[in-house]
Amino acid sequence: MFYREVGQFKTTYAADQAIFPIRQDRIGLAIILFAAFVLIPLLGGEFLIASVMIPFLVLALAAIGLNVLIGYTGLISLGTAAFMGVGAYACYKLSTIFPQVNVLVWIVASGFVSSAVGVVFGLPSLRIKGFYLAIATLAAQFFLQWCFVRIGWLYNHNPSGAIEVPGHTLFGIPVTGPQATPITRYYVVLVIVVVMTWFASNLVHGRIGRSWMAVRDMDIAAQLMGIKLLPAKLLAFAVSSFYAGVAGALMVFMWLGAAEPEAFNINQSFILLFMVIIGGLGSLIGSFLGAALIHVLPIIVRFLPDALGVPVGAATVEHLTFVITGALILFFLVVEPHGLAQLWRIAKQKLRVWPFPY
Amino acid sequence: MDILYRIFIDPFVQMGGAPDLLVQTLWEGLVGGVLYALIALGFVLIFKASGVFNFAQGIMMVFAALTLVGLTEKGVPAPLALLLTIGVMYLLAVAVERFVLRPLVNQPDIMLFMATFGLTYVLIGVGELIFGGNPKKMPTDALFLPSGAIDLKILGGLVSLQKLDIAAAVIASVMVAGLAIFFQRTRIGRALRAVADDHQAALSVGISLNQIWIIVWFTAGVVALATGIMWGARSDVSFALQVISLKALPVLILGGFTSVPGAIVGGLIIGVGEKLGEFYWGPLIGGGIESWLAYAIALAFLLFRPQGLFGEKIIERI
Repeated sequence: MFYREVGQFKTTYAADQAIFPIRQDRIGLAIILFAAFVLIPLLGGEFLIASVMIPFLVLALAAIGLNVLIGYTGLISLGTAAFMGVGAYACYKLSTIFPQVNVLVWIVASGFVSSAVGVVFGLPSLRIKGFYLAIATLAAQFFLQWCFVRIGWLYNHNPSGAIEVPGHTLFGIPVTGPQATPITRYYVVLVIVVVMTWFASNLVHGRIGRSWMAVRDMDIAAQLMGIKLLPAKLLAFAVSSFYAGVAGALMVFMWLGAAEPEAFNINQSFILLFMVIIGGLGSLIGSFLGAALIHVLPIIVRFLPDALGVPVGAATVEHLTFVITGALILFFLVVEPHGLAQLWRIAKQKLRVWPFPY
Repeated sequence: MDILYRIFIDPFVQMGGAPDLLVQTLWEGLVGGVLYALIALGFVLIFKASGVFNFAQGIMMVFAALTLVGLTEKGVPAPLALLLTIGVMYLLAVAVERFVLRPLVNQPDIMLFMATFGLTYVLIGVGELIFGGNPKKMPTDALFLPSGAIDLKILGGLVSLQKLDIAAAVIASVMVAGLAIFFQRTRIGRALRAVADDHQAALSVGISLNQIWIIVWFTAGVVALATGIMWGARSDVSFALQVISLKALPVLILGGFTSVPGAIVGGLIIGVGEKLGEFYWGPLIGGGIESWLAYAIALAFLLFRPQGLFGEKIIERI
């Protein structure tokens, strides 16, 4: 009823291959983009923008990167946070060595650095599979984190061991550092995330994405059909690390403002993995939904007792957050193992046939 | 040339020059390896019988140790506390089977893996709610664990062996032997092996999967308890111990997910390799390499044997 493509004829191949062939999808997307670009900056407070929206977008970007690897290519990685770290440290180094260059150039460039590192750590994936590979990627996680701590050059021998973002301007407006307002940072993050999501969407719907999915479903069969495993898997690692690297650079430059090696520890990797699984494997919209759920949930749990007027100690809330997050992960896995994206698909089907049951 | 000398020759000169130090390092590596092997054993048990990669094994260890310590702090005598803790691990196994494994049966492996993550979070939260986040002391004396050290005069130097470490090695060996007998000689052990081989075939000859899973998770819980006591006696009991379980993962890939001997041999290789590497080669590149050296060792082995040292050969069919 509300979501029916009846009467929308496709008269060209281009129209048939469009990513959003249904008019309602296009309208929905336009509404979401309008809300993101206009309504949230207008109506949202500083807290919403700085502590909810920016982290959400950054994490969603990293989740898309991880989803390319796990959801589309079937290679489990537990080292995403380390690749985010590579992006962050690369961006920091590049922008302190060449401070006059536009910081956006360095954010993208740090993505390429991260993807080069990702390819190196992706090499074992040609030989080992499944959980063996998952644990092998932990090698990347621990090794890179060790580098962030031990190699002084990476953080300019800063005595605190942390990286602090210098101020940068874009068209005369400060975008990083303490002078940048949350709104400017939000817009920079939003534009990058939208562009990269659009790019990822094209990538996974095209020839490359299809070869990845073939590798995911069965790599030997894919090989027999003429897909070269070496380029396919390494490209997946490269793209995934690129996204993670850009997300890491954004995380430090646009969200936190400063970061220690601990920000890229293994827990961060696991949290990203949650987002991908809860959101839905092999679904871009799922990456956003998962990031929203996993990031917003602890915030809600933290504020809920105050809102209800129940006095609870801070430590208890911290522990309760753990319990509730864990329980919800279990709950979602049991109720809908294919993630929130599957719920969305079911909802779409219901809307299509409403008011009839099928 | 200098750097090559320092990498390839100098460490061996040091080893030859101070054999007592080498023996001490080897011993510490072996003891660490035994404890890694114990954690890996818990993983292997569960993976074999239910195909679940149980990430929660590390936190189960901490949880068991915390329960034990928490009970003794409340004034419960140590042997009774031990029994009660075993009871708690049994309840945990039942709960996991009922609320996690049963609804998720037949799901892809990664879902079950994620579910054990959720379990980890729940256990961390519950543990901290009940016992608090402060490190606790393991009551070693009440549990009849020896303390102190034996000093051996060999190779022109002094090698000191902690009695506790010896006890750990003995207990680990006894436990592994017990598990081997349990798996090979008892009715339940045979059922466990049948389930490990093929779930459906096991079902069709009348083995209850649910019961088997409870038994397996309970066994893994008891192994976790033993490991927790040992680690807890060496350092304090706190949630930081959970990190050690991450060290057991390279042991797993080295030995193979499905092999009990693999877990033990892998544990020893990783334990010794890690200590030797840290002691002799670590200073060359700034130290602290223990955090990833184990993974590098495991990865090196894995490139030659993708299924681990003792894993079943991976045969792929279309």
